[in-house]
Amino acid sequence: MATHAAASDSHNRRYFVPPPSAWPFMLTIALGTILYSVSMYLEERHPGPIPFVLGGALFVYIVFTWFRGVALESETGQYSPQVDRTYRLGMSWFIFSEVMFFAAFFGALFYARELSVPWLSGEGARVSTNEYLWPLFENVWPTNGPAAIGGEFKTISPWHLPLINTLLLLTSSVTITFAHHALKEGHRKATILWMWATIALGATFLYFQVTEYIEAYHELNLTLGSGIYGSTFFMLTGFHGMHVTLGTIMMISVTGRLMSGHFKPESHFGFEGVAWYWHFVDVVWVGLFIFVYIL
Amino acid sequence: MSNLIRGLRGLALAMTGMAGSFAARAADTMESAYWNLPKGVTDISNEVWHLHMAAFWVCVVIAIVVFGVMFYSIFAHRRSKHPVPATFHHSTTVEIIWTIIPFVILIGLAVPAAGTLIKQYDTRNAEMTVKITGYQWKWQYEYVGEGVSFFSTLDPESNNARQLHSGIDPKTVPHYLHNTDNYLVLPVGKKVRFLLTSNDVIHGWWVPDLAIKKDAIPGYINEMWTQINEPGIYRGQCTVLCGRDHGFMPIVVHAMSAADYAAWLAKQKGGAEVAAAAPVVATDAAVDAPVAPAAAEAAPVEVAASSPAAAAPAAVDAKAGEKLFLGNCAACHQATGAGLPPTFPALTGSKVVAGPIDAQITQVLKGKNAMPPFAQLSDADIAAVVTYTRNNLGNKVGDTASAEQVKKLR
Amino acid sequence: MANTHAHHDHGHDHAHDHEHHGPDKGVMRWIKTTNHKDLGTLYLWFSFIMFFIGGLMSLVIRAELFQPGMQFIDPEFYNQMITLHALVMIFGGVMPGFVGLANWMVPMMIGCSDLALPRVNNWGFWILPFAFSMLLSTLFLPGGGPAGGWTLYPPLVLQGGASFPLTIFAIHMLGISSITGAINVVVTIMNMRAPGMTLLKMPLFVWTWLITAYLLIAVMPVLAGAVTMLLTDKYFGTSFFNAAGGGDPVMFEHIFWFFGHPEVYIMILPAFGIVSTIIPTFARKRLFGYDSMVYAVASIAFLSFIVWAHHMFTVGIPLAGELFFMFSTMLIAVPTGVKVFNWLATMWRGSMTYETPMLFAIGFVFLFTIGGFSGIMLALAPVDFQYHNSYFVVAHFHYVLVPGAIFSIIAAIYYWIPKWTGVMYDERLGKIHFWLSAIFINVTFFPQHFVGLAGMPRRIPDYAVQFTDFNVISTYGAFLYFIAQFIMIYNFLRCAIWRKGMVPATAQVWEGAQGLEWTVPSPAPYHTFEDPPHVGDEPAAAH
Ligand code: HEA
Ligand code: HEA
Ligand code: HEC
Ligand code: CUA
Ligand SMILES: [Cu+2]
Repeated sequence: MATHAAASDSHNRRYFVPPPSAWPFMLTIALGTILYSVSMYLEERHPGPIPFVLGGALFVYIVFTWFRGVALESETGQYSPQVDRTYRLGMSWFIFSEVMFFAAFFGALFYARELSVPWLSGEGARVSTNEYLWPLFENVWPTNGPAAIGGEFKTISPWHLPLINTLLLLTSSVTITFAHHALKEGHRKATILWMWATIALGATFLYFQVTEYIEAYHELNLTLGSGIYGSTFFMLTGFHGMHVTLGTIMMISVTGRLMSGHFKPESHFGFEGVAWYWHFVDVVWVGLFIFVYIL
Repeated sequence: MSNLIRGLRGLALAMTGMAGSFAARAADTMESAYWNLPKGVTDISNEVWHLHMAAFWVCVVIAIVVFGVMFYSIFAHRRSKHPVPATFHHSTTVEIIWTIIPFVILIGLAVPAAGTLIKQYDTRNAEMTVKITGYQWKWQYEYVGEGVSFFSTLDPESNNARQLHSGIDPKTVPHYLHNTDNYLVLPVGKKVRFLLTSNDVIHGWWVPDLAIKKDAIPGYINEMWTQINEPGIYRGQCTVLCGRDHGFMPIVVHAMSAADYAAWLAKQKGGAEVAAAAPVVATDAAVDAPVAPAAAEAAPVEVAASSPAAAAPAAVDAKAGEKLFLGNCAACHQATGAGLPPTFPALTGSKVVAGPIDAQITQVLKGKNAMPPFAQLSDADIAAVVTYTRNNLGNKVGDTASAEQVKKLR
Repeated sequence: MANTHAHHDHGHDHAHDHEHHGPDKGVMRWIKTTNHKDLGTLYLWFSFIMFFIGGLMSLVIRAELFQPGMQFIDPEFYNQMITLHALVMIFGGVMPGFVGLANWMVPMMIGCSDLALPRVNNWGFWILPFAFSMLLSTLFLPGGGPAGGWTLYPPLVLQGGASFPLTIFAIHMLGISSITGAINVVVTIMNMRAPGMTLLKMPLFVWTWLITAYLLIAVMPVLAGAVTMLLTDKYFGTSFFNAAGGGDPVMFEHIFWFFGHPEVYIMILPAFGIVSTIIPTFARKRLFGYDSMVYAVASIAFLSFIVWAHHMFTVGIPLAGELFFMFSTMLIAVPTGVKVFNWLATMWRGSMTYETPMLFAIGFVFLFTIGGFSGIMLALAPVDFQYHNSYFVVAHFHYVLVPGAIFSIIAAIYYWIPKWTGVMYDERLGKIHFWLSAIFINVTFFPQHFVGLAGMPRRIPDYAVQFTDFNVISTYGAFLYFIAQFIMIYNFLRCAIWRKGMVPATAQVWEGAQGLEWTVPSPAPYHTFEDPPHVGDEPAAAH
């Protein structure tokens, strides 16, 4: 590694040590308040909206302050190449952890399709399960299970909105790459334009997804409660949608930074991290498109 | 006082080292059921026992070698005896050796284990089938194709003794917590297949002497089998945490000769209604199911303070009703009727209790969602307990249920 | 020996403090700190308090099990106690304990100034008290705390009341804490090593933590996913774990144990690292087979992902799956054996002394191996039909957790506390503490093997009378073990707080100790290695 070659010149401080900070503690207070009030709400002991709103506001405020602080540190040249590598590694492992989060839900989907639904229909030495408990149930997908939880439903055809959405996201991965190249070549204007294009694509994606959800709920009777199909469908696409939303917000803030002159052609990890995140969101979508919509 | 003495004895045992206690135990043979796996009464349980002992001895031998080397080194290579440390720190040869040896040992264990496992999974060619359903907190046994079915619940004596501060010494209760009102009766020498499922949460069915244990999964059926070699009574209990009374849902298997079994089955079919159900407190004519342990008819054990029950229209029913309630319902709805909301609703002030009586009877008979059915109780018992809930626990509906009513709704 | 040396004197670090923002004053120091030593201290205090709470809960459990019959508590409360005991011990005691040690030692061992992401580090810590307040507050709600066991199996766990969402969210928060902590460790180790500190020169504690951190990043999100599904199953009508809708309660078990099995290795790998550090010090001999130690840890970590269903042998998975999981589980004995044998070979023909850390390390090797043996027995699926969910399992996992994970944490604290505080603990009290702990831990958990084999299931508040004797012994052991810990508490508190009259520690502390942490003074200055030391070309000291 390059680090080893670097001379240990004691005047050139290699390590960045941030000053004490109250942000993390405040963020925890915000998180705790939100989760506590949601818990109360779920158990029907309505605490009213105030704690939730206050916690949420504090959360947003701290996240904003924290990131702004980091951006300032970066822009005022406090970061060494080592800090840059730290953020790269940190972001990659964070994205990996997100991958594992989705893996749990994909795992549930595969389990249901390959194991539990066939078992309920009597396959794989589970004859008696079917015979005694669910005699009329057959292995089909999509299904809402032997008790037809949530009632009859129809599914969304992959070849309309979902296909469009796939194209939107794939295109957005291209446009963000263009933006990245432009940034590396020092074309700030072009970078900003490409970024807005990417944001627009992301927002359109979200718009279509909302449309799709509305249609699913109102016309297809496909809901979160539609048995295992509805569960896996909405949890996977829903969490993905949340990540798209988050990614879009991140892109907006990065674009804002670009517009106020942040980032240099040779050092712009704040930008790259968001781009990585966006590619990750895109890849998850491709997985969803194949396994949730098509197959 | 006896606690203290037992405690001191325990401490003494502990202090003089576990060895002392092993020696005392070793008076029994290795097969003793009190500190080792039972050898059990099936071919499979024997095989399992031998596997267990083989694995155990393998571990003991490895332990002697490994710890022997370690303690020798601790003793001989301490600084006072061995002031200058050696400098070696690597040897590919020995490392390969001690990678391979454990591997070989493990294969030696894995092969027979796989063989036994394959046998345990082979449920084909069974001569009879029993479907077992777990409920919070009792078992239901259905003899498939025979039309015989009954519930099996903790026996009343244990149930009284196990209440908090009951004041009853468990040692005076025969087979404390390992006894039920109805036994699962099986013939010896026949391959019996079990279909195991659950009505509410996951339970686990385990009888050590048969070496079978499987989880009862709601919505799925697991299969297992046994073939018992010796007549006898074999006890076990639920092994998957299933809520408050998980510790109190025992299993008792009564294995009898094929002829006795046939007779028993015939009797069940005849008087199925009565014999199949030995309720917690029999208010019907004495039940003489051969399977029911003596406890069912034993004098009712004193129950904690009886509630005021002032307005109860039928005083007799109220007493019986209370006992039935404490035995069957209080686990969920609590002795006071306060329940454990939100899962277990309060009966005090309940709309169902205050509502039409038929609806309540039906709910108790048939169950609802997480509430198990109580069809195993007799008509009179159901009437008594329903009457009790409507006029006690802070409720004052004022009406009474009758056995005929229950019969109609069954 | 001293083939590692720092380029220059670290004494000046103090003088430089003013230019690197020294700590704030009072509580604000602890709330706002980004310093790895401060956070390490906080983590260790937190872990210590949680061990205490979890230990008290275990005493409630043991008290109720002292005699057959229900003496003190309601069965429902008993279930709450076992559930919280386990959650508190695992997520509040062992994991933060190891993270605290990593915070203190990893930067000092690889020669850098702090963890890579100090503010995130602070966040990771402060989440914990909030998460546990949430979790423990459920005890005061109507219906009480979570009572479904730490494994949270549905449908039972879905019957929980007000405690349910709080438990789920507390677990989410713990997940965030662990993931941020783990990312921090990975990044620090990959990116902040001093020049010359190549991967294969890192002390084993660093190695084991690196691999543990990978495990954490891989499995904590899966747990988060699993409990999220529980939440939606209860409140939003999904059917993941409901057969009627096409789901399966067993699916939760798969997802849970995909997390859960690696989790148990998360609780033992850093322990391996600690023992691999301590034994060479007191044997005055290099660690035997350094490279194979690293490979063994890596193989254990890899295998841990493909053995999860050994916790589920009785749920009725198909035969082929059962065989696969049996074989893969048994394989773990091979790399673990390599580790045990390497420790023995390190001791072999060394020149050993038996200070308290060494005693605990040896106690670890001995008792952990016993726990490993019962693990191998459990791995035999056909026999696990007898062992499963009996006290035999309880005995197994307490052997690997208490004299395993906890002994290693205690050993590590004895070993490094002179470096942290600048004073020596009382060796005589340390030895007494060791012997009492080692004896009573066996008195507590050894009889549980017997009572389990004899047929006593776990998670029951009351038992059949033939199980009485062993339970009595076990309860005595538990109380005495607990009491013995006060010796340690006294010993540590004297070092940490009332230092008067204590013997000052030298920088080297242990004559046989090697590694960068011993090149700085005791107590270690607030900022160490702001200018990285250079690690020589010879094999790293910690070998
Ligand atoms: C630190 C934690 C830890 C560790 C390290 C281990 C280590 C192992 N565990 Fe354990 N285990 C738990 C914590 C741990 N376990 C917990 C908490 C549970 C219960 C969870 C719950 O249900 O609540 C559990 C349960 C559990 C089960 C499920 C039991 C059941 O519920 O029915 C099984 C089954 O296979 C198992 C196996 C093993 C094995 C094979 C190892 C191996 O890694 C052990 C390997 C070590 C050795 C074997 C010793 C040293 C080796 C040698 C000296 C070489 C030569 C040896 C041989 C050839 C045998 N464990
Ligand atoms: C790390 C985990 C851990 C630890 C340490 C312990 C410690 C103890 N456990 Fe625990 N236990 C579990 C994990 C643990 N347990 C789990 C996972 C379960 C299963 C739960 C379930 O079924 O869902 C369980 C279940 C369990 C049961 C079974 C309950 C049942 O099935 O019905 C019992 C019964 O005896 C028991 C007893 C004890 C006792 C007496 C101790 C004693 O050792 C306690 C005394 C220990 C201390 C007092 C801590 C001492 C350490 C320190 C003070 C360290 C100092 C540290 C610093 C200074 C930083 N435990
Ligand atoms: C295993 C736990 C359990 C046991 C034992 C139990 N119940 Fe219930 N009971 C429930 C549950 C759960 C409900 C709520 C059912 C629902 O509405 O989903 C319930 C509901 C009721 C209700 C309706 C209350 C209301 O307001 O909705 C009545 C009445 C009732 N039970 C009576 C009884 C009687 C009488 C017995 C004993 C013979 C009994 N229960 C035993 C679990 C139990
Ligand atoms: Cu039923 Cu435990
Ligand atoms: Cu495991």
